[in-house]
Amino acid sequence: MITIARLTIGEAARRRILWVLVALAVLAVALTGWGIDRLVSIARASGTEELTIQLGVSQILIFIAFQFSFVLAMTAAFLGAPAIANDIESGIALALLARPIRRSSYLLGRWLGLAVVVVAYGGGSALLAILVVSRVSGYTPPSIIGPLAYLATEGLVVLSLSLLLSTRLPPIGAGAIAVVVYGLSWAAGAIERVGIAITANNPGVNLEIVGQVGRAILPTDGLWRGVIYGLEPGVVVAAAAGQPLAEANPFFAATPPTVGFLVWTGIWMILVMSLAAMSLRRREL
Amino acid sequence: MKIMRPASTHGVTARVARCHGPHRKKELALVATSGPGLVVDVADLRKRYGRVQALAGLTMTVRAGEIFGFLGPNGAGKTTAVKLLLGLARPSGGRGAVLGRPLGDREARRHVGYLPELFRFQPWLRAREVLGLHADLIGMPSAGRSRAFDDVLGLVGLVERADTAVSGFSKGMQQRLGIGVALLGDPALVILDEPTSALDPIGRMDVRGILRAARERGAAILLNSHLLTEVEQVCDRLAIVDRGVVVAEGTLADVLGARETRITVEGLQPDGLAALQPFGTTRFDGRDLFVGNLVEERVPDLVTALVGMGVRVHEVASGRESLEARFLELVRANRAVDA
Repeated sequence: MITIARLTIGEAARRRILWVLVALAVLAVALTGWGIDRLVSIARASGTEELTIQLGVSQILIFIAFQFSFVLAMTAAFLGAPAIANDIESGIALALLARPIRRSSYLLGRWLGLAVVVVAYGGGSALLAILVVSRVSGYTPPSIIGPLAYLATEGLVVLSLSLLLSTRLPPIGAGAIAVVVYGLSWAAGAIERVGIAITANNPGVNLEIVGQVGRAILPTDGLWRGVIYGLEPGVVVAAAAGQPLAEANPFFAATPPTVGFLVWTGIWMILVMSLAAMSLRRREL
Repeated sequence: MKIMRPASTHGVTARVARCHGPHRKKELALVATSGPGLVVDVADLRKRYGRVQALAGLTMTVRAGEIFGFLGPNGAGKTTAVKLLLGLARPSGGRGAVLGRPLGDREARRHVGYLPELFRFQPWLRAREVLGLHADLIGMPSAGRSRAFDDVLGLVGLVERADTAVSGFSKGMQQRLGIGVALLGDPALVILDEPTSALDPIGRMDVRGILRAARERGAAILLNSHLLTEVEQVCDRLAIVDRGVVVAEGTLADVLGARETRITVEGLQPDGLAALQPFGTTRFDGRDLFVGNLVEERVPDLVTALVGMGVRVHEVASGRESLEARFLELVRANRAVDA
């Protein structure tokens, strides 16, 4: 498994697209830092209250995190989707799996190697963004480790799904389906937020089920809410929690993910990887 | 020589139908039943892909220390058979053993080197790194690896390119590397699926030398090929497979059959034909006289006898059929049976 993980990391490191993404992430952080620096300077010069500035910066940071979250999901999908399918299509898998290696070890090796890449890329980019924003604006989120961990786990969830699909589908199909499911999960979460706002005046309407089902199928939206919760200032949470319109905002989270949800996320990944192992074991090469 | 004929189509269908019935699990219980000295031992091995019967009851053995040629036309089931031996695909029925263990067994695979027909290596790895990867996968001890890599690279003529990335290799060089990978760790069984398809004549000659050297150190080699001259030159025994069954298996001499001398004549009478019995079994089609098992030294005597009878001799051709002719004959006969 470790051999395959090492091979996978080496393989990913040689893909130009990954380095392009890293360069774009650094560029995005640099531009964001410059932009926030300018905004904060102008706001301070015009006498805007510091609390207002910090709130504004926190919202921009959350929006940047959203973009990172989306790019990370795409990266995880398009790294995971060809990982197995390409080996099978090209014949590389014949030489590897004829060796005394279990198919499940090969699969886990692939997952582990790509997980290192996804976590390093997603976590590294997000950490850089938080540090730069903190440096130029003075706003440091209440939690740094939490949002980074949720963001990285989001990437791992999408990676697991794309690896499962990769055991049966060609790379493009597996990647596209993983991205669509990720998008649907986010949309389900957004519908749920709107539902909360509507429910406030129409108790008979219950759209929360949409979000709950979405999170059960793919837990990324719940993890994304964890990222938001960790990045927003405590004062925002205290002021907006329970306000229907605030709850409807897809860039606001009143509570962190529950322990039950985090446990489900762990179980979900184990289930998906078990399914992937079963699918690959039964695959004729 | 064992000449195998497939069971009737109905029989094959019936067996496969049972595979999908309630006894499927029992039928799929592939047990190690290898006889002494047998590296590969399969019996009635079957594989069906949907409606396509890729293997219809393959039975064959490969012995330790021999080069075994596995011949057949395209789509005969050769690669499918190899995949079943390595556990890359699951049989639909039958039984078999590799190195005395069930098909696909991980411990057996530790001692098997394999070059797939569709060979491809990670293009960004250097030749030595490819060997390192496979050394890791077979659990080769770290000590002595460097020397083993040098030996293998030397054997396949890639010493100078040890630190070149595979992406810079020609197709032929990649195939040489693939043969090196298959030979890494001195496996007891080396399975080469069309190992010379990308090689030039010099490369092919090199490979024949490599195979003979591997045989010298005791390895069994299963050479899956449709290059008949190659098989003819290097193999100790061979099997010809068509439509998923072995139609002939044995040494080259066994498969080619008895020697036969053909003499094109004019004016041979029935009583003259009878007088030729001391030379061997004869048959005459009105133009060509065929004499079986005639030793070459007696050919001039036979010609002298014919001339003495007043027979005009136009041409004498002595020897066995070529493997190609025999191959075509067996495949056609097999298809005639199926038809």
